[in-house]
Amino acid sequence: MVVNVLLPFVGLLAAALLWAAGAGWLTSVTPIAASFAPLPTLEALWLLLQGHDLWEHVAISLQRVGVGLVIALVLGIPLGVLTGLSPLFSRSTTPLFQFARMISPLSWMPLAVMVLGVGDAPVYFLLAFAAVWPILLNTAAGVAQLDKNWLLLARSLSATRRETIVHVILPGITAQILTGVRLAIGIIWIVLVPAEMLGVSAGLGYFILDSRDRLAYSDLMAAILVIGFLGYLLDHAARSLHWRWLHA
Amino acid sequence: MNAPLVPVAALVEPADPAARQTVLAARDVGFAHAGVGTIFEKVSLSIRRREIVALLGSSGCGKSTLLRVLAGLEAPATGDVRFLDQPQTRPHPRSALVFQQPSLLPWLNLAGNVGFGLDFAHQPASDQESRRQRVTAAIEAVGLKGREGAFPAQLSGGMAQRAALARALAREPELLFADEPFSALDAITRAEMQTLLVDLVHRWHTAALLVTHDIDEAILVADRIVLMGGRPGHLVQEWTVDIPHPREDFPSEVTALRLSILGALRHA
Ligand SMILES: Nc1ncnc2c1ncn2[C@@H]1O[C@H](COP(=O)(O)OP(=O)(O)O)[C@@H](O)[C@H]1O
Ligand SMILES: [Mg+2]
Repeated sequence: MVVNVLLPFVGLLAAALLWAAGAGWLTSVTPIAASFAPLPTLEALWLLLQGHDLWEHVAISLQRVGVGLVIALVLGIPLGVLTGLSPLFSRSTTPLFQFARMISPLSWMPLAVMVLGVGDAPVYFLLAFAAVWPILLNTAAGVAQLDKNWLLLARSLSATRRETIVHVILPGITAQILTGVRLAIGIIWIVLVPAEMLGVSAGLGYFILDSRDRLAYSDLMAAILVIGFLGYLLDHAARSLHWRWLHA
Repeated sequence: MNAPLVPVAALVEPADPAARQTVLAARDVGFAHAGVGTIFEKVSLSIRRREIVALLGSSGCGKSTLLRVLAGLEAPATGDVRFLDQPQTRPHPRSALVFQQPSLLPWLNLAGNVGFGLDFAHQPASDQESRRQRVTAAIEAVGLKGREGAFPAQLSGGMAQRAALARALAREPELLFADEPFSALDAITRAEMQTLLVDLVHRWHTAALLVTHDIDEAILVADRIVLMGGRPGHLVQEWTVDIPHPREDFPSEVTALRLSILGALRHA
């Protein structure tokens, strides 16, 4: 019992030890690397958490995640439903989707900035572009897997199109949509930091570059910890949402 | 609580089945699938109130397709179907469907599944309280009282099929369409469900069209057996079964009927 609770911390502890050892070795080569070490990092984190700036960067980043996810949902779910319901639409778009999906969203960055200008818009675009595929594909798979008898049942009740979508199709694919959301959040969170390194003046990605420019390497390491921790929380939230739906 | 939902007409009905009102009347019905051709043709079949008709035939002979046409889920290519003397253009609100798989909605609990669709736009207007009563009565009738809050994943195969039956009963159907409803169940559960079906049909004063490829099931359950066969499919022969229930108590009559059906199958 106690072992089960402690087990997840073994890996974290090992990583912390490796981190300390690595930082120690690096410091022997370049003394400035001392601020990469665990202790200075935790100190910096403590100060940052008490201050205002980090929270603002976090809030802005999370807001971008939210906007990107909502855009991806608004585009991905209807396209996914269409793909799942219409073989014609599916066959004519699948190669395009598979092609577009394999392009790293970041490669659109210069183009996005040129078209949408500097600011939040290109970041939203990149996040939505990264997140739309898992949502679209999972939604389509969900629709294709719908029990045909559910649709027959709806027809036997003379259900209207709206009743069929609201009472059968959408709840029937919610588990898959939530799987898509979970994958999308993971991708968004990974794309977010580099996406915030260009043309914006706030957010965690910006904060990383800013710390580097200020030579505040402890802040940089602290930001990395925060990014990891928030990502973990986001994934956990998406996972428990999924679990909750399946075990209603 | 004992069967409070009986249509008034059923109570004043004559005991003689032949004199009862016809629920469903199909005349010269045919159906074709694009590319596959004619599935069945010239099918004429009447189902009277409170009558169990078994539609018997080998796999692939078109039973399910015929059931869907009779249930109003597909329009017939030829002929016409009347439900309670009205031309049927879409599934009648007083008909209900049971499939081979329970096909319960996994995000709704038992009560939610049984009450599913009762408030849809094309269903007869009803208030929430009466819907709740119908759900309670249907769940009780199939022996699942106390499990209202259970989700489909928590129900065994037999219980899930009972729930599917309750979902059909909650609509107070004049006619229950059942497409091989018990063929996915183990033999013991199947026997239980066959008894339950006969019992429910009698207590709820509904009629039933039971599609099956199981000769014994047809003999144990039906008031009338219709054999379907040929290519394209058509109705080959018909038997009226007037063996009292439970029919397991009349082995010689059952055997005689089975031999008669097997003989017809050989010549079909
Ligand atoms: N959607 C469909 N499209 C084309 N052919 C079909 C379709 N559904 C059924 N069929 C064909 O119609 C015939 C009858 O099928 P079905 O009614 O399911 O038979 P049964 O229920 O007696 O096993 C089969 O030969 C089947 O291949
Ligand atoms: Mg069939």
